[in-house]
Amino acid sequence: MKNNVPQMDEKKIQGVTRRQLLKLTPVLALGAFAIPGLQEGLLKKGLGFSDWASARLFRAGHPATIFDDSELAPFEEFPINGYDVDDPGVDLENWKLTVGGAVQKPGEYKLSQVQALPRIRQNTRHICVEGWDVIGRFGGARLSDFFTLVGADTTARFITVKCADDYYESLDMATALHPQTLLCYEMYDQPLTREHGAPLRLQIPTKIGYKQAKYLTELKVTNVLDKVGYWEDQGYSSFYGL
Amino acid sequence: MSGSVVEIIRPQGKTADGDEKEPLVVGRAVYEHPYIVRLCHWVNTVALFVMVGSGLQIFRAFPSFGAKIPQKDLLHWPRAFAIGGWLGGALQWHLTFMWIYIATGGLYLGYQIFSGNYHQVLFTRRDIPGVWPMAKHYFFLGERPPATEVYNPLQKQAYTTAIILGGLSVLTGLAVWKPIQFSWMVWMMGGFHYARIWHFAVMWAILFFVLGHLVMVILHGWNNFMSMLTGWKKDPKC
Repeated sequence: MKNNVPQMDEKKIQGVTRRQLLKLTPVLALGAFAIPGLQEGLLKKGLGFSDWASARLFRAGHPATIFDDSELAPFEEFPINGYDVDDPGVDLENWKLTVGGAVQKPGEYKLSQVQALPRIRQNTRHICVEGWDVIGRFGGARLSDFFTLVGADTTARFITVKCADDYYESLDMATALHPQTLLCYEMYDQPLTREHGAPLRLQIPTKIGYKQAKYLTELKVTNVLDKVGYWEDQGYSSFYGL
Repeated sequence: MSGSVVEIIRPQGKTADGDEKEPLVVGRAVYEHPYIVRLCHWVNTVALFVMVGSGLQIFRAFPSFGAKIPQKDLLHWPRAFAIGGWLGGALQWHLTFMWIYIATGGLYLGYQIFSGNYHQVLFTRRDIPGVWPMAKHYFFLGERPPATEVYNPLQKQAYTTAIILGGLSVLTGLAVWKPIQFSWMVWMMGGFHYARIWHFAVMWAILFFVLGHLVMVILHGWNNFMSMLTGWKKDPKC
């Protein structure tokens, strides 16, 4: 065996391979995810990082895909995904939206005031966090137009909404100002039905389904969130932009 | 750098005259897997395990590729073979480990490209003539072609495919997660429904690779397995 192959003592190579094996110990750090006391915090950090990345990926000028009327799901096949009751018994006659927080004209607003704003109708895809999706036709006023009406401080970070049931949600200002983000009072050119959130709901094509709160009663412009949203506070993504 | 062969020697002590005896060559070893490759391999193994487990739990929330109304379920995956416990929990695992999965994939690719080590795994046109003899050997129809490289042509083909599948799992996942920001990718995949189907199909393709990979690792024995841990393979065939 007199060739140019380098030779290594068998004891030495044992040492070399042992050192190489030890260099892989950082892999064991992933075991932290299996420790009950650490798991929740680590996953929260991971989800938080995903939310941070989501906000960076969001482009204010990039529209959600608009679909042809021929691609619409029939109205009867548009799922009603109430988490609690399909109809919280809103008094549609006397309904008002209470607006507060960082706005110049806080107070109670009637549906007719929202309907007096330019009406937008759009065929967009509604995507549920569960994985299903449906293309529907929605009509309403741009939230940004409503902001002008109430004199909202659009340098604030969030808006929050409360609903006639105990649902609540929040929205980052960038998404709230997106031209396709609607205060929605129509579906398929008809007034919202009770199951779909009458008289007024959020319709945000750039967000996941659970952000599209129904039966709105209160809207606030704010810089601080003490709660994020009904599902978010149970562990779902806070931003969940599409 | 990988590929350096050494002879393992056992010293034989000294002769009566006090000279070193010719050491006994007890074997050979080759440094096959650089550290970054091994690190990425094992971290990615854990990440892939979590991604598949949590992905299946996410799928349990709507186990269909059709409409919500009426809902036709494709399969009922048992909760015991899923990670996260519920949809929200599974999403936390999925949206956390996807970064680890992407990071190890990216680090691996970057290392392979910049170190030149990709020659070891990348299936190229030069490997095509070797495919058929190797396939015949695997089906017990021929002699094992002489090994000239760390990986034979079929291995290179399998690993190259697996890496492409890994990339596709990320791209299809991005299309499902951000169908508006990456609307062009959704369009290329044939729409949102198809993006979701592709993401699911790519997972099964990866699992198919993993199954074959595990079978081959078992067939090739301990030294082969240890080489992915220590980098060094004892008694290599080439």
